[in-house]
Amino acid sequence: MKTLLLRLSAVMIAFGGAHAADTAPPPLDSIGQRVQPCLPCHGKEGRATREGYYPRIAGKPAGYLFNQLVNFRDGRRHFPMMTYLADLQNDAYLREMAGFFGAQRVPYPPPQPPQVGAAVLERGRRLVMEGDAALRVPSCRSCHGTRLLGVEPAVPGLLGVSQDYLTAQLSAWRIGARAAHAPDCMAELVQRLRPEDVNSATAWLATQAVPDDTGPEQGFEHPPALRCGSIPQTGQQP
Amino acid sequence: MRKLLAVLAVLVALTLLAVWLLFPVDRQDGEAPRAAYTPPVDSVERGRELVTMADCRACHTARGGAPFAGGYAIPTPFGTFFTPNITPDAQTGIGRWSATDFWHALHNGYSKDGTLLYPTFPYTNYTRISRRDADDMYAYLRTVPPVSRPTRAHELGFPYNHRLLLVAWRLLFFRPGVYESDSTQSADWNRGAYLAQGLGHCSACHEARNALGAVKSKHNPAGGLVLNWYAPTLTSPREAGVHDWSIPNIVMLLKTGRTGSTALQATTMGPMGEVVYNSLQYTRDEELRAMAAYLKSLPDTGARSGGLVRSSAHTGTLSKGETIYADDCAQCHGDNGEGRAPAAPPLAGNRAVTMSSTVNPVRIVLFGGYSPGTAGNPRPFGMPPYFQTLRDDQIADVLSYIRASWGNHAPPVSGDEVGRNRGSPLF
Repeated sequence: MKTLLLRLSAVMIAFGGAHAADTAPPPLDSIGQRVQPCLPCHGKEGRATREGYYPRIAGKPAGYLFNQLVNFRDGRRHFPMMTYLADLQNDAYLREMAGFFGAQRVPYPPPQPPQVGAAVLERGRRLVMEGDAALRVPSCRSCHGTRLLGVEPAVPGLLGVSQDYLTAQLSAWRIGARAAHAPDCMAELVQRLRPEDVNSATAWLATQAVPDDTGPEQGFEHPPALRCGSIPQTGQQP
Repeated sequence: MRKLLAVLAVLVALTLLAVWLLFPVDRQDGEAPRAAYTPPVDSVERGRELVTMADCRACHTARGGAPFAGGYAIPTPFGTFFTPNITPDAQTGIGRWSATDFWHALHNGYSKDGTLLYPTFPYTNYTRISRRDADDMYAYLRTVPPVSRPTRAHELGFPYNHRLLLVAWRLLFFRPGVYESDSTQSADWNRGAYLAQGLGHCSACHEARNALGAVKSKHNPAGGLVLNWYAPTLTSPREAGVHDWSIPNIVMLLKTGRTGSTALQATTMGPMGEVVYNSLQYTRDEELRAMAAYLKSLPDTGARSGGLVRSSAHTGTLSKGETIYADDCAQCHGDNGEGRAPAAPPLAGNRAVTMSSTVNPVRIVLFGGYSPGTAGNPRPFGMPPYFQTLRDDQIADVLSYIRASWGNHAPPVSGDEVGRNRGSPLF
C-alpha cells in the first residue's frame, strides 16, 4: 500500500512538473506578472481551483470585478485577505487588474451533479428563469443576462461558480456582511427570499453547464426591475 | 503612634509636592526649524501639509468612513484602542476645542476636559511640534467637514483601563518639550530631525517599547512590533538603517514605496506601506530630503541582526527548504536568490530576509502582499500568499534555507514561529 502511495505521488509530481513546464511564465513587466498574488486562491487565469470556496473571476465583467475590489478596499465587503491586498492601491490599477481577469476566456469546469431532489431543482429553476411574483422577486435572468453569464459592464454571471460560494454570498447579503454601492439592489432582493428559496436557486444554478464560448452580454434585454448603485446606467454613481 | 502619623503626613505631602513639581506639563511654544522651501501663506494650507505629514488621517479614519471621524481600532497588548472623532463637530468631535486645547493635546497629552490621553496617541512625539505648527494644524482641521459620530470607548484590560495610572506613566516616561535646534548641525538636518522626531513620529513604531508601552530610551537599538509587523530599527544598517544610502534613494523609498536600482532594491510593506501611501507620497521633496539627511546621521547601534550568526539550521531542513525554493520561489526570485527586476527583489543579501526578527519574512510568505500603489510606482508588483499551499514547517524550511544561502547567514526559522503568525490579523 505504501509503495502504491509513493508511486502515485511520484506520478503526481511528474505530472505537476510537466504541467508547470508547459505553462510559460508571463513576461516580467506585464499585468499578468502583476496579478500573480491573485492566482493561488483564484486559480490559473482566475479560473478557480477545485477547492470551491474562492470564486472564479475569469471572464466576469470587468466593471463587476472592479466594484468588488473597491468594495473590499473601502469596507463594504469583508474578507481580510482581499482587503489586505487591495488596501493601498488606486482605482486605475484595480481597474487594470479587473480588466485582465475580465478578458480571460477560459473553459468552465463541468457542472456539479445535483445534490437535491427534483422538486427543489424545479423551484430553483423557476426562481432563476421566471422569478416569483408573490414574493416580488424578479427572475435572476432579468438582470444577470438571458444566458445567466452576466451583463457588461457590472453584472456578474451566475454560472460556473460553486453552490457553496453562491449561497455564502446571498447569506452574507441577508445578514449585512456583504454590501454593494447604494442603492444596494441585491440587499433589497435577498430580504424577500426565504433561506430555502436561496438554496433552491443556487442548487439549480450550480448544476447548469456553461458553454465555452460565451462571455457576458453587452446590454440588458429589458431595463432591470430595481435600481442598483453598482450599475452605472441605473445608479447615481459608477 | 502620633509620631508615625506625622511622618506619614509629611511623606504624603512630599509625594504630592513632587508630583506637582515634576508633573510633565510644558508651556514653551518653541520654533520649528525652517523648511528648505517657502511655505504657503495660508495657515489652512500649511496645516493641511502638516496634518498629512503627521498622518493623522490614517488612525483617525475607519475603513470606508468619513475622514478624521475616528473609529479606527488599534489592537495592542493592553487592549483595543478606538480613535476619536477629530472633525469639527461640536457634540462628537473637537468643534468646541480652542487652538490652545488642541495644543495641549499635542504638546502635553491631555484632552480639553483635562483627561489624560493614552500614549497610543503619539503625543510623546507630537510634543516636539511648535505652537505655530500646531495652530496651523488646528486651522486645517476646522475646515474638514464635521461628522456626527460618537467616539467609541477603548476596550482595555485591567489595570490599563484606569486612566489614573497615566499619572505615574507620565512621571516615568513623558517629558514634554518642543524641538530644540542643534546649532552644530545644518538647517536641513535640524528640519529633518524636527519632522522625524515630531510630526512623522517614526520612533512610535521603529523603536522597541518596554512592558508599559513606553519607547525605551534614546538610541534605542531595537525595532518595535506594531500591528503584527516588525518595524525594524533605523539605527542599524542590518535592519532599516540608511546610513550608507544616497539621499535620492532614501527619498525615493519614502515617496514611492520602493527603490529602483537593482543593487539596492527595497520595498515598503505593511504599516510602512500605509505611511507611504497616506502620508509620505504627498510630502514635499525638500522635506523628505531633510528627513533623509537626519536618518543617515542616526548612530549605528550595531544591532545584532543577520551577518554575524552562522546558520545553525539542520542540513535536513536546508535540503527540504531547497526543494521548496526550487518549486515555488526560484521562478521569480532566481535560482541563486538574485531576484528578477523589476518584478521580484533579490533575496541574497536582503536584510528584510535576514534580520533577527522573523515576523516580516514569515508574514510575507504566508500572506504575500503588494507595496503601495503610489504616484511614483502606480502598478506595484506583489508577492503571492502561500498560506494555503505550504504548511508551517514547509514555510519554516524554505525561509531557513533562504536565510542560510547565497551569502546569507541568519539563524533558522521554526514552524512555531510560522504558526504564531498564521492566525494574526492581516491589517
